[in-house]
Amino acid sequence: MRPPARAGAPSTDPAAQQLRRPPALVRRCRAAWRITRALLGSQYALMLEYRAEIVLWALSGLMPLLMYSLWSGAPAGAAAGLSPQQFARYFLAALVVRQFTVVWVVYAFEEDNLLGRLSPLLLQPLPLIWRYVAAHLAEQLTRLPFVAGMALVFVALVPAALPPADPLRLLLALLAMHLGFWISFLIQYAITMLCFWNERASALERLLTIPILFLSGLLAPLDVFPAAVRNLALHTPFPAILYLPAQLASGGPIAAGAVFANGLFWLALLVPLNMLLWKAGIRRYAAMGA
Amino acid sequence: MALLAAARRHLCTLRRFWSSSLAAQMEYRINLLIELLAVLGSLAGSVFTLSLFYGHGQQLGGWSWESALVVLGLHTLMDGVASTLLRPNLGELVKQVQNGSLDFVLLKPIDSQVWVSLRTWSPWGLPEIALGVILALLGTIRSGARPHPTALLLALVMVASGVLILYSLWFMLAATSIWFVKVWNATEVLRSLLGVGRYPVAAYPPGLRLLFTTLLPIAFLTTVPAEALLGRAEPLWMLASVLVASLALAASRLLWQQALRHYTSASS
Repeated sequence: MRPPARAGAPSTDPAAQQLRRPPALVRRCRAAWRITRALLGSQYALMLEYRAEIVLWALSGLMPLLMYSLWSGAPAGAAAGLSPQQFARYFLAALVVRQFTVVWVVYAFEEDNLLGRLSPLLLQPLPLIWRYVAAHLAEQLTRLPFVAGMALVFVALVPAALPPADPLRLLLALLAMHLGFWISFLIQYAITMLCFWNERASALERLLTIPILFLSGLLAPLDVFPAAVRNLALHTPFPAILYLPAQLASGGPIAAGAVFANGLFWLALLVPLNMLLWKAGIRRYAAMGA
Repeated sequence: MALLAAARRHLCTLRRFWSSSLAAQMEYRINLLIELLAVLGSLAGSVFTLSLFYGHGQQLGGWSWESALVVLGLHTLMDGVASTLLRPNLGELVKQVQNGSLDFVLLKPIDSQVWVSLRTWSPWGLPEIALGVILALLGTIRSGARPHPTALLLALVMVASGVLILYSLWFMLAATSIWFVKVWNATEVLRSLLGVGRYPVAAYPPGLRLLFTTLLPIAFLTTVPAEALLGRAEPLWMLASVLVASLALAASRLLWQQALRHYTSASS
């Protein structure tokens, strides 16, 4: 027989204590939220220190504006059935998407590895990848005002570039852009994992930038590619990084469902690949100098 | 006489520098393979992107496909020069300012601008230079231009002033690190801007064309040398190219002297 616990009195009954504490799932969610906030907050503060550098990076992203100026005047664009307005909308979207899908984890990881900073980070009870993800997201946050400024300049120069006012589609494009960031991040993270085997994996990254540059749709929308090349490109993960979200935002003839199906397909491949590489790589890890 | 002796001393020192940096670079031979693949891949991508402008018999800014290839070849050449000399040296300059080792450079009995600009070189840019030259010559021959020796000589002068302009722009940007310390990214911005030179300047709208011939003289890096190679450069443009090159070089010299006057070494 157990006496009923009086309300307000501290209970010594373990079962009752269990009841008063929030369920395990809620506790874990709260902990995850605290970690997320701390990571993002500290990384954001870190990134604010490099504001000037980030402005310069953002400036180098003006490439789509130059490509627009080439394509809008080129007769080849009209022959491919795209109007100057479509080019303007596409390249404005490309400018924005590009800024939020840029990934540099391989350089950060390589430096951490070479300088021996990796060991203390590995001891923390937090998978390493989240630290880098947080750094990227924080950097995107610092980029936001500059990207907005560049987009405004683009629209001021080329008013036709304003995307069609379709809030749902724009929202979907934002989501697709974020999906593109994850694909781009995981591709580079897979290369980063090769740092465990070779300290200079960033040289391989240089090879990776080539298909990203030419197949993602940064220099020309895939619609002007010859059909065979376009098909080939659409079977790689690279259009998901830029072309597909940009098409979605600029009102191109593309179904949102297809964009997300494609993105999720690549994620389904990249996530296990990264987990495998991480598991195999971490076993080979020996701190620098050891 | 004194000038000649100084020049000889500088050349002799440079030879030593370059052979030692070659020996150091040869440790990373696998880089050669990666670099070759990267150069071939990006050249193939550039040619493909250029070809998109030429489907169905269209032209880009009044340039035929073959002559546009000459421009692309010269761009590849300039990019190769940047990877061979500019990026290794001027990237180092930014680092030296950051950690204060520029002090030791300034103490050496050699012109400091020569030292920071030519101290080392990277052989991995050479394939790019070679490919660029081949593409430019191929385009010239295919476009039906029969370059006679004077045209070739003029083209060589134009390429030389293009290289000097490129060097001066890059050097001035790197030299600002003495004031701003962190400008590594600024040179990356410059690199992406040089991408403009992949296409003939005439393909851009008038406003940008003006920008690329005056404030950012990218037209002189690729378009003007290409015209010289094709034997259709206007003397006025060639004169302008030489003039801009000398002005840019003089400006880089002045800026460096100004910068050194402001140099206070790291942590002071």
